[in-house]
Amino acid sequence: MSDAITHEAHHHGPPTGAKRWLYSTNHKDIGTMYLIFALVMLFLGGAMAMVIRAELWMPGLQLVEPDFFNNLVTNHALIMVFAVVMPAGVGLANWMIPLMIGAPDMAMPRMNNMSFWLLPPAAILLVLSMIVPFFGGGQTVNTGWTLYPPLSVQSGMGMDFLIFTIHVLGVSSIMGSINIITTIVNMRAPGMTWMKMPIFVWSWFFTALLLIVIMPVFAGGVTMLLFDRHFGTSFFDAAGGGDPVLFQHIFWFFGHPEVYVLLLPSIGVLGMIIPTFARKPLFGYKSLVYGMAVLYGLGLIVWAHHQYTIGMSIETTTYFMIGTILISIPVGLMIFNFIFTLWKGSITFETPMLFSLAIILMFSFAGTTGVMLAVVPADLQYHDTYFVVAHFHYALIPGSLFGLYAAVFFWLPKWTGHMYNERLGKIFFWWTTIGFNLTFFPQHFSGLAGMPRRIVDYNMIFTEFNVMSSVGAFTFGLSHLLFLYIIIKTVKGGEKAADKPWDGASIGYSGLEWTVPSPPPFHTFEEAPQVK
Amino acid sequence: MHLTRDSKLRLATVGGLIALSNSAYGDYGLNLVEPASEITKSVFDLHMLTAKLAFYISVIITVLVVYILVKYRRSSGAEADMQMHKGKFGVFSWLLVPIIVLGIDLSIAGPGTATLHQVEKHVDAELTVKVTGSQWKWTYDYLDNGVRVVSNLQEHEPTEAGYLRSVDKLFVLPVDTNIRFLHTATDVLHAWWVPAIAIKKDSIPGYIHETSTRITKEGTYYGQCAENCGTGHAYMPIVVKVVSKDEFNDWVALKTVEANAAAAEASADKVWSKEDLMARGEELYVKNCAACHQVNGAGMPPVFPALKGSAIATGPVADHLDIVIKGKAGTAMAAWGGQLNDLEVAAIVTYERNAWGNDAGDLVQPADVKSAR
Repeated sequence: MSDAITHEAHHHGPPTGAKRWLYSTNHKDIGTMYLIFALVMLFLGGAMAMVIRAELWMPGLQLVEPDFFNNLVTNHALIMVFAVVMPAGVGLANWMIPLMIGAPDMAMPRMNNMSFWLLPPAAILLVLSMIVPFFGGGQTVNTGWTLYPPLSVQSGMGMDFLIFTIHVLGVSSIMGSINIITTIVNMRAPGMTWMKMPIFVWSWFFTALLLIVIMPVFAGGVTMLLFDRHFGTSFFDAAGGGDPVLFQHIFWFFGHPEVYVLLLPSIGVLGMIIPTFARKPLFGYKSLVYGMAVLYGLGLIVWAHHQYTIGMSIETTTYFMIGTILISIPVGLMIFNFIFTLWKGSITFETPMLFSLAIILMFSFAGTTGVMLAVVPADLQYHDTYFVVAHFHYALIPGSLFGLYAAVFFWLPKWTGHMYNERLGKIFFWWTTIGFNLTFFPQHFSGLAGMPRRIVDYNMIFTEFNVMSSVGAFTFGLSHLLFLYIIIKTVKGGEKAADKPWDGASIGYSGLEWTVPSPPPFHTFEEAPQVK
Repeated sequence: MHLTRDSKLRLATVGGLIALSNSAYGDYGLNLVEPASEITKSVFDLHMLTAKLAFYISVIITVLVVYILVKYRRSSGAEADMQMHKGKFGVFSWLLVPIIVLGIDLSIAGPGTATLHQVEKHVDAELTVKVTGSQWKWTYDYLDNGVRVVSNLQEHEPTEAGYLRSVDKLFVLPVDTNIRFLHTATDVLHAWWVPAIAIKKDSIPGYIHETSTRITKEGTYYGQCAENCGTGHAYMPIVVKVVSKDEFNDWVALKTVEANAAAAEASADKVWSKEDLMARGEELYVKNCAACHQVNGAGMPPVFPALKGSAIATGPVADHLDIVIKGKAGTAMAAWGGQLNDLEVAAIVTYERNAWGNDAGDLVQPADVKSAR
């Protein structure tokens, strides 16, 4: 018996060739695949954004027809949410959670394989949904990512492809979430108590719990849509006794917590990076954990603030307004804790830290416009304008995407065993941050001036803001070529990274990821480590 | 790009502005559209309150973070205080945030709730208008006097000031009058939004939503559909002309006379000549049908089928009338029976059956339409 184990351990390196990836049950390989998938889709979703901004460059129709424009708007959002930020977050979880808590792998490695390999077929379905209208598939999906009926019932076959995309992605997310929760609950090394867990692990614990609650609801909602479209039901058709607003409730019961699904992993990442480069223990660890728990609870019960204009009773509206405004408490607590982690620190400004600091500033700005939007009477003016577009891009690009960039720079040395080029990293940071702000800051003003969302064309009074936005968007988009270059260059080679490449990385911190070599061997923690 | 020197100058300066005043520019500002009614004025004031709070909070956070970064940077020799999170401040400071943030929240929620009650307070309306959104035009029914205005996009070049901001028929309202809007839609979601005079509520098929306003200034106000309604979403402008009560009454009288004349004309007794029907039909077709089926009848397949040479437009006239009057379920084809009178339907159907080389050759008279309904 013990012979067999020794034998196994000696010869169990990574398998080679395509089988290594297709059949992989290794959390590191699956994490890598998730991250590569997200990166590829980032360029696809980004390219769509570039076409959108090129079309909106000036009044008049330049590049695309109105229907295709709104199809781009729809798929840009769905790709960025479901195929970029979520898979990237799961990729980070796969890579880092077992390393942090001292587990040899995820709890259910085969299910892990399946969660990932459902993504490429889903992506293909998603892309097909855009292509079928060109081959007699009927009306394009010009609804925006909210897929509101009755417009989505008018759409052609592309809509069915999207519905199946959501089903497949939902299955993948639910399995991924179950895996992550099980891993966190059962696979912690001896001594890794709940309140010693790295904050990133906590953030994923709540994210996975959220996903399990909301994904089935969304899948149910789009299935009802499918039945309305093809099987003669009238869930959302007033003429048949149904209710178009019901879909909006279902969608946003999913859609609002989804914002926290995108956000929380990046908050977790911030909780790792800021103490590292402030060289000081995380301030308010407990309150961060409880804050995330409160955010989880509140996040599930405030969805209707996305639909103040649907004519709810004044009592209902007031409830959703107060609930939404209260979200500023846990979010404010997070920002406060990060700021006071910096206080009396010894701060350096490496690329991950630059991103984290930018997130604190830009995300709290998004929080303040969020409070503006929460106030119902004012929202009845802002609703469905570019003010909203500006707000949620300020929330989601710094709040989740920049958090992922910070994570990539922070952990790339651990993953690859090479240091990235710090100078290029800083250039990328400034380039992308300036581009981002130039894109989205002016959109606050075009929204206030009265420019609605999802319009392909506009009056010339909106021209200046849109020109600025487009220039910003091309700057922002282009910066990602540098990002790609830095990643490829670091994977290929570079200065050797130490096991713990950041000197402040384990200050007041029990995570185990810095105790393994960089890059980690194919199998880690085959014997459970002891956390003191 | 058709930018004037002035607007280039604007372009250069506006990027760096975080101004909260709307005095900087003439035709549009950096702020919400200037209110022209009591309710939008209240909302505007609320917006200014929250915007100022948002601005100050952002400035405070930015200044604090920049101060910390300068003061505690390692290159200035700062040493980390490793015990801070264990001190009194570290243990109890989590209480601070909820208290401060709750204070800010309540200072917003208070005025917010008050304004909300004002928005939802519907005093006795002196004038009620049903506003119906359909793909892609607005229909205004003055319920008190039976006047109906159907408002379509007026075409302009992108370089003209009226581009996507002009309509063929203005929506006229009186000043200093309690007005109630009833919002609904015939096909998909729409949202009637004129920021200067009223807040928006979605127009939802099967629902009727209510908003109220009392406009305080005469003038012309612009807006457009705010809820994505498909292909023509960007092409559903709203132009409201607000006039004195006297002018409004004159306008209503004129519209009533016009409507009566049209109704008399459309009465089923008269038999129309082909030339007359074709001429009217062309005009009505361009206005009502060409957005989807195109002026040349070629449509935009596969969604909007061609009428040129189509089975419907060259086949039995009963089927053709049926689809125009009742629409076609599951497609974008709307039921036009409620929006067009007998004469108008007759003219359009006659036109479609005889234009672009279609050679059905038959005439459809208002009487035929009446019996087909």
